[in-house]
Amino acid sequence: MASLREVPCGQTVTVIKICGEGALKRRIMDMGITKGVEIFVRKVAPLGDPVEVKVRGYELSLRKTDAEMIEVK
Amino acid sequence: MPVTIALAGNPNSGKTTMFNALTGSSQRVGNWPGVTVDKKEGRLKKYKDVTIIDLPGIYSLSPYTLEEVISRDYLVNEKPDVIINIVDGSNIERNLYLTTQILDVGIPVVIALNMIDIVNKSGDIIDIKKLSETLSCPVIETSAQKGTGLEALTKKAIELAKAGKKGTFKRQFSKPVELALSNIAELIKNNVPDENLRWYSIKFFERDEKVLERITLSDVIKGKIEQIILACEEELDDNSASIIASESYEYISDVVRSYVKKSRSGTTLSDKIDSIVTSRWLGLPIFAAIMFLVYYVSVSTVGSYVTDFTNDMFVGEWIQAPLANWLTSIGTAEWMIGLIVDGIVGGLGAIIGFLPQMLILFFFLAILEDSGYMARIAFLMDRIFRKVGLSGKSFIPLLIGTGCGVPGIMAARTIEQQNDRRMTIMTTTFMPCGAKLPLIALISSAVFGGTWWVAPSAYFLGIGAVVISGIILKKTKLFMGESSPFVIELPAYHIPMAGNVIRSMFERGSSFVKKAFTVYTLASILVWFGASFGFVNGTFGLVDNLNNSVLHNIGNSLALIFAPLGFGRWETTVASIMGLAAKEQVVGVFGVLTSIGNEDLALEMVDSANVGGLSPIAALFSSGIAAYSFLIFNLLCAPCFAAMNTIRTEMNNWKWTVFAIGYECVFAYVIALIFYQLGTFFSGGSFTAGTAVAFILLAVLLFMLFRPAPKQHDIEKSDSNLSATAGVSE
Repeated sequence: MASLREVPCGQTVTVIKICGEGALKRRIMDMGITKGVEIFVRKVAPLGDPVEVKVRGYELSLRKTDAEMIEVK
Repeated sequence: MPVTIALAGNPNSGKTTMFNALTGSSQRVGNWPGVTVDKKEGRLKKYKDVTIIDLPGIYSLSPYTLEEVISRDYLVNEKPDVIINIVDGSNIERNLYLTTQILDVGIPVVIALNMIDIVNKSGDIIDIKKLSETLSCPVIETSAQKGTGLEALTKKAIELAKAGKKGTFKRQFSKPVELALSNIAELIKNNVPDENLRWYSIKFFERDEKVLERITLSDVIKGKIEQIILACEEELDDNSASIIASESYEYISDVVRSYVKKSRSGTTLSDKIDSIVTSRWLGLPIFAAIMFLVYYVSVSTVGSYVTDFTNDMFVGEWIQAPLANWLTSIGTAEWMIGLIVDGIVGGLGAIIGFLPQMLILFFFLAILEDSGYMARIAFLMDRIFRKVGLSGKSFIPLLIGTGCGVPGIMAARTIEQQNDRRMTIMTTTFMPCGAKLPLIALISSAVFGGTWWVAPSAYFLGIGAVVISGIILKKTKLFMGESSPFVIELPAYHIPMAGNVIRSMFERGSSFVKKAFTVYTLASILVWFGASFGFVNGTFGLVDNLNNSVLHNIGNSLALIFAPLGFGRWETTVASIMGLAAKEQVVGVFGVLTSIGNEDLALEMVDSANVGGLSPIAALFSSGIAAYSFLIFNLLCAPCFAAMNTIRTEMNNWKWTVFAIGYECVFAYVIALIFYQLGTFFSGGSFTAGTAVAFILLAVLLFMLFRPAPKQHDIEKSDSNLSATAGVSE
């Protein structure tokens, strides 16, 4: 079990749990990152943050600190 | 029967294109009350009594972002007759998430399954009939871009509106949730409208603050509801809002799995473009090239050409000169000519002078937005800008700000997060704009003999001011209140639609002109009045010489304020005040007030770097340090009236406007004071009270820069006090 932050580019993982609460958690879930969904980590921005992932058929960008809240396997 | 249709959908779902296609030229753009979110309204083509309201593009009806709150308040309180929900068929899963929430509200819905041409092209097959049955609302295939399906869509919408039937959609949550929802419904059914009962039950279950605030329930009932929620949360081991979000997506996944057949096409063209445009090695060079192009065309070449043309030729020679001649020929009093030609027309002319350049900038801005690149700019630049409390998208306002602050501030509208946008608006005018260049050149030539470092130092000063202000302000309660999550969609690339680009360009341009005229004209007249009138031999009247003007008196009385900064003379004070009308005026004022005696001559001397000729201006300053301190103050303090007025319209809130401009002035004053006092002290001056004050201010500044950011819970506690005391409430 690891956080989305630690997943190297090019891998597909499944979400187990989203930690945290409030606006940020709600936003992450509203954008389609919920329990059981598959996430493909596409790339990291040229400056090293944020990351770009593919989820539910579209491209989403989120910061590494926020990716830490997402537990995946 | 008049019908109101609300247009709702995700950003990038083609909603703007749809709205334009449905309403044509009958649009009115305004603001939602109290906020700077565009409210667009229009009449449906060929139907006089059908109004279409374009809601902001949103992903959810959660209570956390401004756009979402506006949309749901509108849907629940204003109750449009029917909602057209635009769903991007090529991104159906996430788009349907909002759909389920809209259906919960209980108003009749028609789904416009948009971008159907792209869906067909990619080979995906969507079972419209089944989808419509499952969601119990009509689904119409459309392509807003191609204009297909729109007739059927609006017909269906009007039919539903006239039938006045409520939506019958009811998605099934898991058993524990359904049980909780029906128990809550039982408790609140007397307090909420019947047709929205389902929606309110879900919102109470989610503990939605905005709804809890509005519906007053007895403490007993509140306690019962909390019991119900807690029991459900325990059973499902998650918090209630997350349960709803998760189960909504599970439901949609099932729907999509059953009724959408995806052809397994590999990478799309958009993916291929993106793999180059935001790649590790090419991402930043491509970004730099695009920004250079935007800047070069809109600020350096075409932009400055058209601005000069409108200012000098169009306003100056074609309007002002003939107007003055005509007024003279009919025997108008001299002061009246001055008021009309220089005061009013000159003031209006300055706004018109901005316009062509602004249109060019807005044109590029619209292309960047419409093509999908704007989201990539945020992606590329986020890492740098978030450290100073700005957004990656702040790069564009700051860059444009080096040309002119007005479109720079307006470009901040592309930033979704309110805090980031406000911070950007406050700091954009720290960048030295085109009008500040003559002032920089003046100080550089007159005082520093034209050395190379003055001009670049002005840019570093501007960048430094942005960074320092960002860090300081980010740690204050004003900006810490709500964290702005950076979880953004990177939409597929599109070729920008000419219609959308042109429309957006003119919308932004006209919104500025409309709002700018009054305030700016009034301010120009006041400054003109102060410079042209005064007391000579005890009688008040028109004066030839600024030395006798009202401004002179004001300058004299205010000069003391600037003494600690090293330029406590009335000339420099008057120049700073006149700089508020337009920054390049500072040079002209010096020309008039010194023995040079002429505004144009001084400007010419600056152009040709005539050090000797400018010596009367250099003589105004006691030292190079004092002169540079003057430069610092004038570059950082409140911008010109046009920019200040833009700050007001973009903040759309008087308190924030006053705070922004006040902050800029105080910041400029403090930095100039520290620079002058410490500069004088370290170059051999004696230790004075001023030096002590400068050290104290420096210490305060450093403390505010490096203090640890206050903890989140402290802020939440003080948040309520803040909105009461500082009055900065929404």
